[in-house]
Amino acid sequence: MRLYSFCVYLFLYIPIGVIALFSFNAGRHASQLQGFSTQWYGKALNNPFVMDALETSLIVALVSASFAAVFGTMAAVGLQGIRGPVRNAFDGLIYVAIMIPGIVIGIATLIALVTVFDLLNPILAAIWPDGATPLKLGMGMGSLIAAHTMFTMALVVIIVRARLSGMDRALTEASSDLYATPFGTFWQVTLPMIFPAILAGFLLSFTFSFDDFIIAFFVAGSETTLPIYVFSSIRRGVTPEINAIGTMVLAISLILLIAAQILLRRGDKK
Amino acid sequence: MTQRTRNWLLLAPAGTWLFVMLVLPLTVVLIFSFGERAPSGGVVLSFSLEQYANLPARWAAFKNTMVLAPAGTVAALVIAYPLAYFLAVRADPKWKTVLLVLVIVPFWTSILIRSYAWIFLLGGRGIPELVEWVGFAKPRLINTPFAVLVGIIYGYLPLMVFPIFVSLDRLDKRLLEASSDLGGTPIRTFLQVTLPLSIPGVATGCLLVFILLMGEFLIPALLGGGKVFFVGNALVDLFLQSRNWAFGSAVAATLVFIMLVSVTLYMRLIGRMGTQREDLSLM
Repeated sequence: MRLYSFCVYLFLYIPIGVIALFSFNAGRHASQLQGFSTQWYGKALNNPFVMDALETSLIVALVSASFAAVFGTMAAVGLQGIRGPVRNAFDGLIYVAIMIPGIVIGIATLIALVTVFDLLNPILAAIWPDGATPLKLGMGMGSLIAAHTMFTMALVVIIVRARLSGMDRALTEASSDLYATPFGTFWQVTLPMIFPAILAGFLLSFTFSFDDFIIAFFVAGSETTLPIYVFSSIRRGVTPEINAIGTMVLAISLILLIAAQILLRRGDKK
Repeated sequence: MTQRTRNWLLLAPAGTWLFVMLVLPLTVVLIFSFGERAPSGGVVLSFSLEQYANLPARWAAFKNTMVLAPAGTVAALVIAYPLAYFLAVRADPKWKTVLLVLVIVPFWTSILIRSYAWIFLLGGRGIPELVEWVGFAKPRLINTPFAVLVGIIYGYLPLMVFPIFVSLDRLDKRLLEASSDLGGTPIRTFLQVTLPLSIPGVATGCLLVFILLMGEFLIPALLGGGKVFFVGNALVDLFLQSRNWAFGSAVAATLVFIMLVSVTLYMRLIGRMGTQREDLSLM
């Protein structure tokens, strides 16, 4: 049994290890080890396409995770005081957001936004002041952030709500008995208690957005995120440079995940 | 400001966002699936079932998905169960959390990079070369259903282990002792006590993996090399290459429909097994 489990761990970690190992390979050939070198990291970090894609990915992940954390927390707090059809509808939407395959979310967002933009752009052009180039709506950073926020917000609602339901109600009651305003109670009692969950939700959202390929593939327009760049490079063949990028991407997600885990656990203990 | 208004204000941003970015797009897909393809590439709205009548044109994608998604789910279950059992029942409590986290962590890292790793391992100069070196004929692994299955198991194993672990971990260990005190052999204890009590975890794990597999695109795209393709790959082709939105919407709507039906049937089945077990325990 112990041996079996050990083998499963090998199965889980050997592929990741191989990628990391070969990213430090000195040779040009992707499959022959020829000594240690960090040259492929240098190549990757000096490649303007990689750096552009990385920048796009980081901006999208940061902005969408922030929106998700703020609006998701607000919704989780608001849902606490609501019963009946509105709450059921909201719960239903959260489950739909999590259950529907990412690919369907991607195509649905693509065709809906393109259709809406096609309707709005002539109107914008008509009402725009003469002389100035009218604003033209299109797919890009905005649609990427909007789509990622939708999904990760659902994630934050679930995480924060789990924390809220584990909270001792006597604390908020005590606070209002002591004449704290609702906002004061939230700011001084509720928020400090749910903060680790919010931060963990933010980190998971960031990781999701940073790693997402399939939704971005449809809604990114002419923008390129890092996963899109990696996907199109893989199609052209396996290179040591992709091993280096892959190792960096894995390292970033690992660091964020460990941080999120520590936060969630610390929150549970208090 | 009343409490009611405050709650509504708190829900407003998330609610609006979900409506605009989820409800609206899914409705558009449903409406377009009844439309017709416009000569310019867009969709002419109408109410025709023509797109749905065309579905057999993508039969192979549906067939592959309906075969490999359940097969991948079962394979992941078979590999995950013993590990979950080990972690919950046998592992040293000191190391339990660390070992569990080690299983879950890969799931949250890029599936793209993890699938790419298998291109590397299954490709001509990876495992096949190793097999040749040992003395067997060099096998062809990449771009086969086997490669896709390996990718699926690798990608979704963590998601299967976690719920099974949770259900086994909650299991009252005194039940196992009681069973062996009453003369039950280890195998009998497992089959009559452990296994039935872990069914909820098995059901959750299978459900999660199956749902994600139904919409899979990356693993078949990278490891199936265009030969083993899923509905997800057909969708990418229809929306990004041939730009047939009406037909693509019908395929997407059908995929979601099949998913909902299989999940409902599955839940019913599990629910029935659950009640049967309760009857037995009452006797």
